[in-house]
Amino acid sequence: MKDKQLSVSAIKEGTVIDHIPASALFKVVSILKLDKLDTMITIGNSLGSSKLGKKGIIKLSEVFFKDDEINKIALVAPCAKLNIIRDYDVVEKKVVEIPDEIISIVKCVNPKCITNNEKVTTRFEVVSKSNVKLKCHYCEKITDQDNIVII
Amino acid sequence: MKNKDLVSITDFTREEYLRILELAAEFEANPRQDILHGFVIASLFFEPSTRTRLSFETAINGLGGRVVGFSDAGATSASKGETLHDTIKMVSNYADLIVMRHPLEGSARLASEVSSVPIVNAGDGANQHPSQTLLDMYSILKTQGKLENLKIVMVGDLKYGRTVHSLLQAMSLFSPTFYFISPDELKMPPAYKLYLDKVGLKYFEGKELTEALPEADILYMTRVQQERFTDPIEYERVKNAYILRKKMLEGTKETMKVLHPLPRVNEIHPDVDGSSHAYYFDQARNGVFVRMAILSSILGVK
Repeated sequence: MKDKQLSVSAIKEGTVIDHIPASALFKVVSILKLDKLDTMITIGNSLGSSKLGKKGIIKLSEVFFKDDEINKIALVAPCAKLNIIRDYDVVEKKVVEIPDEIISIVKCVNPKCITNNEKVTTRFEVVSKSNVKLKCHYCEKITDQDNIVII
Repeated sequence: MKNKDLVSITDFTREEYLRILELAAEFEANPRQDILHGFVIASLFFEPSTRTRLSFETAINGLGGRVVGFSDAGATSASKGETLHDTIKMVSNYADLIVMRHPLEGSARLASEVSSVPIVNAGDGANQHPSQTLLDMYSILKTQGKLENLKIVMVGDLKYGRTVHSLLQAMSLFSPTFYFISPDELKMPPAYKLYLDKVGLKYFEGKELTEALPEADILYMTRVQQERFTDPIEYERVKNAYILRKKMLEGTKETMKVLHPLPRVNEIHPDVDGSSHAYYFDQARNGVFVRMAILSSILGVK
């Protein structure tokens, strides 16, 4: 029984993304396009967390992210922590950081923006990181934290 | 500036603004020059406009260029569902430069990324209208003899008015003091005030049209539109508070000028028209010279 549990929870090589707010877990899955991966993935959600109340966790076998790739999730999971696993050991811990530019993840809040009316990849400059504010490259309007909708 | 797009007022540097204004003065002194001979300029107006379209087309004709285009999207393939992307791709095969107005915000930026020829934004929804801003600056320079250290009073709809936002951004490079006069519902958005704080410029806010007038070098009037108000009673209450009348101009600086992007509805009483302070119709005339300057510098003939 114990062995069986281990084979699910521990990974030999890969990445563990921890401290994802439970409400954001599936957004993280979609931003990182994990549904397109064919390596072993373990997803847990609504697990108890003293910090977040309920948290999600994702364990990815044989997957290592580039910084600019993983930083995309900072919009929905700003406190997420990454553990990089090599040969069952955590060799590196990382936190995510909001990038300077956000491409193709977020919908512009402005209904009159060209990106909401024609097939255009959205693009934002991050003008504030603490209280997230995104300036649309096209209509120049600000989409703030409360209005962020993930495409 | 050759081959550069003019999409947003922030696309140009201080030196580039000054260069355009200098060229505009040259064109005003000598408006008939055949320097755009052989050029074809597309004028694509996906929504109606009187002043902007006519002044661009007058500028092109005055310099000997040719205009192709439309003034109503209903008569084009856009009404068959053609995307802006495809329309611009196609037109950029025909013309040397595209002047466009479109109701959607960000449309001009998209066009500039798709087009193989320069794009001049003649208004994208409530977003940007940079040639208006440049002609406002030209009017300020011409009437005040300088751009630096002026007291600029902005009146009316400061929340949605794109002309005041763009003018604020552009004039911020020349150490102005701003006075924002508007009803509570239409105050200058916090983002612009934060910007002024950040660059260390002074501004004052008030509700009374007359309070800042004795100080003013420029009085920039805008229209308070009924559709901006959720409460019609509130609109009735404030609409008359922002009408400029001739007697209010007593005691203002002799050199003070009243500007308005036009069209006006009732916010400037016709009795102001005869005053030496009225400048809004001259301002519209300046638009032709400024647009000559924009087109000729982007096409690389000046």
